[in-house]
Amino acid sequence: MQDAITTRNLTKTFGSFTAVDAITFHVKKGEIFGFLGANGAGKTTAMRMLCGLSFPTSGKATVAGFDVATETEKIKRSIGYMSQKFSLYEDLTVRENIRFYAGIYGKSRAFIREKTSRVLQQLRLENEADKLVGALPLGWKQKLAFSVAIFHEPEIVFLDEPTGGVDPVTRREFWNLIYEAAGDGITVFVTTHYMDEAEYCDRVSIMVDGKIGALDSPKGLKETFGVNSMDEVFLKLARGAKRSDG
Amino acid sequence: MGKSQFLSFIKKEFYHILRDRKTLFILLGMPVVQIVIFGFALTNEVKNSAIAVLDQSKDDATASLTGELDASRYFEIVASLKSAAEIGPAFRKGKVKMVVVFPPGFGNDLKHLNNAQVQLIADASDPNVANTLTNYANAVIMGYQDRVNQGLKLPYTIKTEYRMLYNPQLKGAYSFVPGVMAMVLMLICTMMTAITIVKEKELGTMEVMLVSPVQPLKIVVAKAVPYLLLSCVNIASILLLSVFVLDVPINGSLPLLVAESILFTLTSLSLGLLISSATGSQQTAMFISLTGMFLPTVMLSGFMFPVENMPLPLRVISNVVPAKWYYIIVKSVMIKGVGFGAVWKETLVLAGMTAFLLLISIKKFKIRLS
Repeated sequence: MQDAITTRNLTKTFGSFTAVDAITFHVKKGEIFGFLGANGAGKTTAMRMLCGLSFPTSGKATVAGFDVATETEKIKRSIGYMSQKFSLYEDLTVRENIRFYAGIYGKSRAFIREKTSRVLQQLRLENEADKLVGALPLGWKQKLAFSVAIFHEPEIVFLDEPTGGVDPVTRREFWNLIYEAAGDGITVFVTTHYMDEAEYCDRVSIMVDGKIGALDSPKGLKETFGVNSMDEVFLKLARGAKRSDG
Repeated sequence: MGKSQFLSFIKKEFYHILRDRKTLFILLGMPVVQIVIFGFALTNEVKNSAIAVLDQSKDDATASLTGELDASRYFEIVASLKSAAEIGPAFRKGKVKMVVVFPPGFGNDLKHLNNAQVQLIADASDPNVANTLTNYANAVIMGYQDRVNQGLKLPYTIKTEYRMLYNPQLKGAYSFVPGVMAMVLMLICTMMTAITIVKEKELGTMEVMLVSPVQPLKIVVAKAVPYLLLSCVNIASILLLSVFVLDVPINGSLPLLVAESILFTLTSLSLGLLISSATGSQQTAMFISLTGMFLPTVMLSGFMFPVENMPLPLRVISNVVPAKWYYIIVKSVMIKGVGFGAVWKETLVLAGMTAFLLLISIKKFKIRLS
């Protein structure tokens, strides 16, 4: 099976500071891949390189089979992205937001119309379709933002701390959406601060000081470190970090 | 990205603008309010001021002079005083701003001595108004004298010479209209473009768009288009107001004036782009637009204070203020009525500035992406 994401010695330096230090890993197709690390560990920089927002200083990486250094335009067509800031327009309605973002990806009007009703049904937002997004509760907005991020049916979706500030029940529902997307064959690459969410991932990598400190299934990690929860795994690794602030 | 995607982008920008009613109201109302404020409230021009006449001569000459003063649009004779004792009370009641006093034997003196006197007493609690009123009255009296002088062998000596180019009546609105146009366009285009782009950065929606296959340049152009249209509405409303309400004529070519205004709009838009690529928050963008762009526009464009009278460093700085060039162009085309031949240099400067600003902001946009 072909990998959705591969990196080999992927490195990014800003002047003398090495934000991402020769990381190497693979993400399988259809996998839910958790990308963890303390603030400042380099996970956002790594993710930006994979999304084509930032060029690597050295090393190689492919996303959906395309080279991040030379084929960013092709990568952009194959991925979806949900930023850690809530990224829908509050002064547009639910339907207008969907139509706008789908339009960016050049989807046909028929496709948009047909899929919009399916998504609205899935999110149980049919009655809110023509309401302004600003009027929705945060949890709904975030679920909607995720559905918008995968609306154009990308191969891989990047989620940058998608559940910040959301209550545990809504987070659970959000993860159900992620599972459904993974079930449809979409590879999910997710960064998070919540260790309970790390447990939901198929595999987890933890970045420490720009390097990958550990990479395994949550079960494997707990066994390796001889602890009972991902929290403890994370603490054990983060304690050795030099440039962590969180 | 195809044409329909680009249009959907513009559509989205219009939603943003149209749904923010308060801002839209300000954007469309601002030029109207400014024209009204500068045209009427802040003007040093005086219209239909209440004056009184104390005519102690009551002859043909005073009658026709009184008639001419009353007929002028600047004065309205509201009282005819009977004695010098009534002058003080008339002022104190605040009824009149100026009293014209004809001494006894005014007409007689004029005919036989070739020399008559008239006294203008003005309420100088507002010195500017007093000054303006006496100047206007003087002009009316001079006009009368000139007419009486015709055909006389021994003409009166006229001591004061008035020579006002382009604005013989010293109309205040003449200099305000080009200034308000520069101000409004600068404010709307620069500040609003900068804010709307920075807003997307703050929201995180910019990042989402940059991850999508859309070309960044198209995002930016789509953002600028609605403001360009809005500016055209504002140009139209300012010109209509000045022609039909302030009586400021468009002496030169209207298409040239509109074309130059669109050029200046583009300059302002590219300034807005540059600000947006250099800032990360709406407050910063607003602050830079206001202090960095708006104040120089008001202070250094020549609209409030003549550039020629400034110290050398400020005169040098004024050259990089786009509004200065636009102000010169509008004044020349609209009021002096000259053609493109007279403003091509200023136009070239503006066009050069626009190209330069656009180049830098596009380059900065790309750097941010690497």
